[in-house]
Amino acid sequence: MSRLVRMDRTGHTTLAEWSPDSPEAVEAAVQAFRAELDRGYFAMVSTGPGHADHVTELPVDAELVILRLPIVGG
Amino acid sequence: MSAQALPETAAVPWRTRVDGARLRQRGALWTATTAAHVVPFVAAGVLLVVLQPLAAAVTVIAFAHAWVIPELYAARGANVLRPVRRDPRAATAHTTALGLLADLVDHAARDRLATTGLVVEPGRLGTWVVGERGAVLLRGRRAFCYCVGVPDPTLPPADRTAHLLLALRADEQGFATVANLAFAGARWRVRRRLAPAMRPALRIP
Repeated sequence: MSRLVRMDRTGHTTLAEWSPDSPEAVEAAVQAFRAELDRGYFAMVSTGPGHADHVTELPVDAELVILRLPIVGG
Repeated sequence: MSAQALPETAAVPWRTRVDGARLRQRGALWTATTAAHVVPFVAAGVLLVVLQPLAAAVTVIAFAHAWVIPELYAARGANVLRPVRRDPRAATAHTTALGLLADLVDHAARDRLATTGLVVEPGRLGTWVVGERGAVLLRGRRAFCYCVGVPDPTLPPADRTAHLLLALRADEQGFATVANLAFAGARWRVRRRLAPAMRPALRIP
């Protein structure tokens, strides 16, 4: 089961869960994914130890997609 | 680390992308600045005591200035690893966030996170020590302290670290470009300004 999580004030919130073979669940996840990108979040997927990539389309096969806010110099 | 450019770099187009050469340049500049602060005080102190031994007290004050100024800079650098104030009402959120952060790192880093509260992440530019308010890049004996964060005061502390860690993993050079350099100098200067529990994180070879 794949998960779309958003890091927020609760620690993190699971916005969607899906299996690649469930079109309805995938579509719901895609909608949730796009809505969060529209709100200014960046989506990240781990691509191995110490590696992560930004994604702008929901990677359906990814196990975990994490939404983060932009960082700024302090 | 990924080859993708960090999207946040678009917000700072005037900044030169940080690489090894740029770090060497910034490090040398910090050393020169420190010397410019320290040498006049030391020289004045020595000159005073040579010309007038009774002015030894003034010499001591001059030497103290020469010591304190680099220490103040180092303290500013160490601040990037100081934890943010904990909100007791958000303890559950912090625990939840800590679980996600622990899932992002390997066993050794997880153990270090548990004892120091910091994530140690190897990179191409050096070894990064990531905290809640920023990160320190360790290159040889030098530490580059970067102040960087997420402008959302409601985020639990561990989520702040996770934000920085993910951004760092996506684009290490972009991360260093977006962040503000608070201090560059001897690693020991930064380490001694940290809480004892955090110091082992800066002892990475």
